[in-house]
Amino acid sequence: MNVVATKHTLLPAEPEWPHESGFHILEQLSEPTHRNLEPVGPHYLAHARRKRHHRTFSEDDRIVAAQQAKNVEDADPGEISEPEDAMLLSRDPKDWKNQDHYAVLGISKYRWKATDEQIKRAHRKKVLKHHPDKKAAAGGVDDDNFFKCIQKAMEILTDPVKRRQYDSVDESADVDPPSRKAKGNIYKLWNPVFDSEGRFSKKKPVPRFGDDKSTKAEVEEFYNFWYNFDSWRTFEYLDEDVPDDNENRDQKRHVERKNKAARAKRKTEDTARLRKVVDDALAMDVRLQKFRKEEKLQKDAKKIAREAEEKRLAEEAKKKAEEDARRKEEEEAALKASKADAKKAKEAAKNAAKKNKRVLRKGAEDANYFHADGAAPPDVITNVLADVELLITKLDNEELDAVAKKLAGLKVSEEIKAVLADSVRSTVSKGSTAEGDFKILLK
Amino acid sequence: MSDSEEPQQKTVIGIAFGNSNSSIAFTSPDGKAEVIANEEGDRQIPSVLSYVGDEEYHGAQAKSHLIRNPKNTVAYFRDFIGKSFADIDPTYAHSSAHPIQHETGVAFSVEEKAGAEPSTLTVSEITTRHIRRLKESAADFLGKTIDGCVITVPTDFSEAQRKLLSEASKASGLEVLQIIQEPVASLLAYTAREETSHPADKTVLVLDIGGTRTDAAVIASRGGLFTLLATQHDYELGGRHFDDALVDHFSKEFIKKHKVDPRENERSLAKLKLECEATKKTLSLSNSAQISIESLAGGFDFHSTVNRLRFDLLSKKLADQIVGLVESVVKKAGMDLTDINEVILAGGTSHTPKIASRIQQLFPSTTAVQAPSTNPNALNPSELSARGAAIQASLIAEFEAEDIEQSTHPAVTVTPHLAKAIGVVIHSPEGDEGKAEDKVYVFLDAETAVPARRTATFVGTQVGGDVLIRIVEAKKESVDVTPPKEVKEKVEGADEDDEDDDDDDEEEEEEKVIKRVTEVEKVIAEALLKDVKKGQKIEVMLNVAGDLTLTVTARVVGGKGGIRGTVPGRAL
Repeated sequence: MNVVATKHTLLPAEPEWPHESGFHILEQLSEPTHRNLEPVGPHYLAHARRKRHHRTFSEDDRIVAAQQAKNVEDADPGEISEPEDAMLLSRDPKDWKNQDHYAVLGISKYRWKATDEQIKRAHRKKVLKHHPDKKAAAGGVDDDNFFKCIQKAMEILTDPVKRRQYDSVDESADVDPPSRKAKGNIYKLWNPVFDSEGRFSKKKPVPRFGDDKSTKAEVEEFYNFWYNFDSWRTFEYLDEDVPDDNENRDQKRHVERKNKAARAKRKTEDTARLRKVVDDALAMDVRLQKFRKEEKLQKDAKKIAREAEEKRLAEEAKKKAEEDARRKEEEEAALKASKADAKKAKEAAKNAAKKNKRVLRKGAEDANYFHADGAAPPDVITNVLADVELLITKLDNEELDAVAKKLAGLKVSEEIKAVLADSVRSTVSKGSTAEGDFKILLK
Repeated sequence: MSDSEEPQQKTVIGIAFGNSNSSIAFTSPDGKAEVIANEEGDRQIPSVLSYVGDEEYHGAQAKSHLIRNPKNTVAYFRDFIGKSFADIDPTYAHSSAHPIQHETGVAFSVEEKAGAEPSTLTVSEITTRHIRRLKESAADFLGKTIDGCVITVPTDFSEAQRKLLSEASKASGLEVLQIIQEPVASLLAYTAREETSHPADKTVLVLDIGGTRTDAAVIASRGGLFTLLATQHDYELGGRHFDDALVDHFSKEFIKKHKVDPRENERSLAKLKLECEATKKTLSLSNSAQISIESLAGGFDFHSTVNRLRFDLLSKKLADQIVGLVESVVKKAGMDLTDINEVILAGGTSHTPKIASRIQQLFPSTTAVQAPSTNPNALNPSELSARGAAIQASLIAEFEAEDIEQSTHPAVTVTPHLAKAIGVVIHSPEGDEGKAEDKVYVFLDAETAVPARRTATFVGTQVGGDVLIRIVEAKKESVDVTPPKEVKEKVEGADEDDEDDDDDDEEEEEEKVIKRVTEVEKVIAEALLKDVKKGQKIEVMLNVAGDLTLTVTARVVGGKGGIRGTVPGRAL
């Protein structure tokens, strides 16, 4: 909280204080004006926070302070404060090749996972503690051995190339694979192994061993990855020291050659070792059996489904054939029946036509062949009959029927003639005959 | 190996979207706001888009197309956002693409593709393109994609205009975290620069002299909370008018020499205007400036020089106008010029030294005028809004949209403000009962948003004994102080003048110096602190709650006990 220090003096009190308590209220504050604050700036955000959460100043101060304390903790994950044992402190800096650089800086729980930032901070902390000047000032012996160890560790861990070489042979970071007979949760056994081996991969990200929920594709990808593992692991760190005097060149070259061969050998061994690890994992991986079983089950299920389908299809085909046969039979029966009906109708029509023709002829006869009086001469009869016959041939059954009905009951010769003439005209108008064909009926 | 697993930090920028120029700024990891230069190295990026052939030009390149290709160059479009065609003032767009009526408001008709039919671009579309270019410049500079921004707008931008601007920005792929007001952003840029986490209480006048308009605002800054008390705008006053003064001056000179008026030809005028703007900028930095334009008009080249004095004379009327605007906004806020503690000059034209000196003359010497010519530590006036926006953006970068929405809701922003200053009566030394001294130490100035709390320590009495803490509401009174006599400072312990002197000087109107002092207006409460030894310090804390409940706590520093009392507030 901000306290303004003023140089003002306050009023001296009157000798007589007329009020009972030490605080006397005279008036209230004036009516406030309502204005809009600009929602800008850090102080406004604090104001908004207080107002939204209904906190008072002191409550908010406390909560913010608590939060800040927490943030500081979060920002410094796993403070670098590993105990330093006496063995480590009394190390000989000349023997740096066998020194655990991470342990020297107190970050052995991170090892290859340590970030540059963590290494830098760890180094600063160690230097502050072990600087020779500080030790001398504290009256201790002038011993800067451990400080040298710290500097060497820093040199190696901050140089990416050197750090890789050291990480390559950092056995403390290795996780031993479980033996083939090991019992228990294979995922718990194998995941750390591959996580640790994965640090050498040139390709990132490295697939994890996974768990029993991993899909077949994931598991296959995992083994593919590990059987084609591309490792950056190198073994320069274990090289024998090359003599750097110029006197014995042969010796120098010999050592260099030896180192090269040793590196190649180690690399081959490492590749073989990793292969064996993956083989072991593959052998123990129950998921593969599970997938095989599942596949078989799936295949079986498919087969059953296929058979069922075939059976269904056969049944359907049979049903269809039966249906077809039945329909054919029905059709034939229907056809037969309709044929018989048609024949009957035809005959009836024929009979009716015969009868109608007779009516027409009879009509002509009744009308005395349209002759005025007396018996009609034979040529007239022939002509009339010829006309009637012609008319009959030109009329179809229905028209014939209609004409016959009109003629029924007619006795007068003129009327009969008119009916017949009408039908003749209608046939003429239809165009089936010409007027000239009729000798009598149209006269 | 060294993969840091730090949470992804959002990259946010501040955009000052001006009618003439825009600028972009970001806040560096150590909390300093910096203005970003675009690809051409401009920190003031002209808000101009130009379409030539199939190409889209932006910024300074587009601005130079005002000479060759004015019909397809869109400029001065910011103030058209969200306005109907009938409401806009198209004067400034006279020498660029003309605004046309559109169902959504205002649009421009430009040839986007060579030989194609002119297409109609709405103001929103132009804004989207402009912001997209600004975003790309920022992303190129920072090498990161931009996640969000804070944009500044003038105080007279309506809610609908802000919404449209926000939508236009979103269409360009840039999320707007918040839209803030220009004067407040300028003030924030200065406030954030102060080292202390508890900014002093002051009343600030922000004068923003832009390219086409001038805005003045009086802001109460109380404990880092800003309240806008009054604003005043002049749409006929800006850098453009200073340019025009130079244009007229040079045109007359040209006519004298060649009998041709360059103002009659559009191209000549555009050329002359661009050059005059550059000349004006040079004059802000040096005492004289040259202008040279090849083939200005009638095939004649033009070379001339102008000095600062000449320019000041040419622009005197404009400077008077600015002073008038300042006076009117202070009056509108119901204040006296002496109540303004600080004047912040913003906007490109504020570089002009004459304006700063005129403002400094207007106010008493105790008022700090923040402009490059009066204060060498002043920030670049052109960059203020962008810086303020960048600071605000960095503050709210990690907030959820909902959080921002809630925090800027009127339910939170509308707050009761004290009508009167609240303070404690202080003791005047014996025999110095003069009027021209503060009678009250002000804890909480008028216009302080409540809840608020202030603490101060006092030297106890000089003799020891009981101390009376009289809490009062204070007012300010103007008192004349004699110039020939020693001018009194507000600092405690300065020599006092006698009452009589003030009366004597009443006649000398010309030399009257007015001093504002605090006077008791109304006593609220009294508290008694017993047995304070000589020289002991007393700490007094005043806490005003949201319902105007006043809590007073007083104690002797380092001592036990003390006294505490509460004045009940009003039922709001």
